Amino acid sequence: MTEIQAGPGAAASAAPGSQQTPAIELDNVVKEYTSHGEVVRAVKGVSLAITEGEFFSLLGPSGCGKTTSMRMIAGFEDPTQGVVRLHGQDVTSVAPNKRDVNMVFQSYALFPHMSVWENVAFGLKRKKVESAEIQRRVGEILEVVDLTGREKRRPREMSGGQQQRVALARALVNRPRALLLDEPLGALDLKLRQAMQIELKRIQRDVGITFVYVTHDQGEALTMSDRIAVMNDGLVDQLAAPREIYERPATKFVAGFIGTSNLLSGSVDKVNGSTAVLALGPSDRILAPVEESVSVGETLELTVRPEKITISTGQPEGDLSVVQGTVSEVVYLGTSNSYAVVLADGAEITVFQQNAHDSTITAERGDTVWLSWQPQHSYVLR
Amino acid sequence: MRTLRARLTPYALIFPGGLWLAIFFVVPTVVMLSLSLQSGNVVDGFAFTFNWHSYVDGVTTYHDQIVRSLLYGLAATVIQIVIGFPVAYWIAFKGANRKSVYLFLVLLPFLVSFVLRTISWQYLLSDNGILLGPLRDAGLLPQDFRILATPAAVIGGLSYNFLPFMILPMYVALERIDPRLLEAAQDLYASRVQTFLRVVLPLSLPGVFAGVLMTFVPASSDYVNASVLGGTNTTMIGNVIQNQYLINQDYPIAAAMSFTLMAVLLVGIFAYARALGTEDVLEVAAR
Repeated sequence: MTEIQAGPGAAASAAPGSQQTPAIELDNVVKEYTSHGEVVRAVKGVSLAITEGEFFSLLGPSGCGKTTSMRMIAGFEDPTQGVVRLHGQDVTSVAPNKRDVNMVFQSYALFPHMSVWENVAFGLKRKKVESAEIQRRVGEILEVVDLTGREKRRPREMSGGQQQRVALARALVNRPRALLLDEPLGALDLKLRQAMQIELKRIQRDVGITFVYVTHDQGEALTMSDRIAVMNDGLVDQLAAPREIYERPATKFVAGFIGTSNLLSGSVDKVNGSTAVLALGPSDRILAPVEESVSVGETLELTVRPEKITISTGQPEGDLSVVQGTVSEVVYLGTSNSYAVVLADGAEITVFQQNAHDSTITAERGDTVWLSWQPQHSYVLR
Repeated sequence: MRTLRARLTPYALIFPGGLWLAIFFVVPTVVMLSLSLQSGNVVDGFAFTFNWHSYVDGVTTYHDQIVRSLLYGLAATVIQIVIGFPVAYWIAFKGANRKSVYLFLVLLPFLVSFVLRTISWQYLLSDNGILLGPLRDAGLLPQDFRILATPAAVIGGLSYNFLPFMILPMYVALERIDPRLLEAAQDLYASRVQTFLRVVLPLSLPGVFAGVLMTFVPASSDYVNASVLGGTNTTMIGNVIQNQYLINQDYPIAAAMSFTLMAVLLVGIFAYARALGTEDVLEVAAR
């Protein structure tokens, strides 16, 4: 088997204050292009530190600067400003062929005139590794990606999933300090993509190499990553573990981009210790935990995930956020029902209800319903 | 009914072109082949006699011209690869959104007639012309220096006249190379030179192959360049054929020489294709 380095403990050591030198560091990196005489700022000052052995994702919509950031790590783009470090060493002006990172390209970029074996051996040959060693390592990595016996095939004779694994093997065989993956699953169909997500995670654990994964697919990022940097408009909006990003989105953009979320706003009516009470309609109240001192009368924006909300026809009891509304849409989703509920102030709230016990629905279109959720599930946006 | 029509469609599509080739290529070829085996003269007329002597006499007499034609064609082809490849490469990879402008510039000389272009070269290279005159006057060249009527002039003219036929197929092959492949090679520790030799060159070889075919064949059988730019020592087989046909009116020997040239070129092309077949070329380059 291939050597196992950092391993599963890597995620824990990603916590701030870790003594380890980061595998990859971007220090206030800016990238500007000139296009038709206009300066376009693709990356507007990104700083991040990726820990050795970590599965790190750069997540964001197209044009957010995630691919440009990755290409600066690989060396294909020169930053306009800032420093790129690999294991503490400044590589900002080092050519890509002199950097100890390898990339898996979006379209795989396999050499069409070479067999699978020749594609995978390409990097080792350029590094002048001796041929017995090349034979051994190529054989080994093809086993890891489950392509043994297909060494003589040409890329065009293989399926998308197989090509994807050749691209992965071609990069991994060099045992780079970090592997950069640019939307590598984008061209695959859903079933294969899900299988490859698990496969990638397994390979990453087996080889213990730092993975930097660029994607616009939030599900992919949440499934695989130890940490995620959510990028928007050339900046990192939030850098945290998947659970943190989902449960406690830092900005309105993150809340909207990751999963479905309901945005609510209201003015503070009362503050009881660390809980603020917001008033909406006459019989509505929203309880939200607040950290900093909030004053009465201030308007707060908050988000609630659809699956945290309970829908009922009677008024719920207890210390809950409670709002009343009218059902405007009921969608049967198989494992769950989705309700759209319009509140008194016109805001639309989405609610997911699991089909756990019986599949009867709680309310029909036009019914007046109560929505309730635990105070800690109101998440105040800064 | 519909299936019959569907089955006839491919034939309907090939019919006009097929007929055209049958009339204007196959028929004259057969006529010339027959002519090459006839004997006689213009005054008494020619008769079909299976006279192989035209071939034997032609090859014996014009052996030098045949070899010279192949050498000139080869030299011109090599020069065109050396000049044309960087141009094709530059347009394909650095041409950005002006690619069609640059390709048009490559083709621009073709808007001028082939003969006229060659004559303008003659003017340019003539002993007291605008190029050599001043250089000789300035003492930069010896008094007896000349280019016109030398092999250099003929090969130069051939290289110039067929250059676009070399550049275009090479451009097409290079343009199809995904720039990400170059990045991938660099990412896998290849230097610029290695990236070129291992990735760009092997993937462009089909274009080079096509370019060689499209330039070597017309250059070897050309007669305009040798007659306009050459002298008595640079006669090519094309000139011999032209002379025999139009001036000496010895049709059998002209026809025999045409077929000899055709046979030599065909053998050469097949040998070349066998030795450097596209697929095999790629196999070798991948090692």
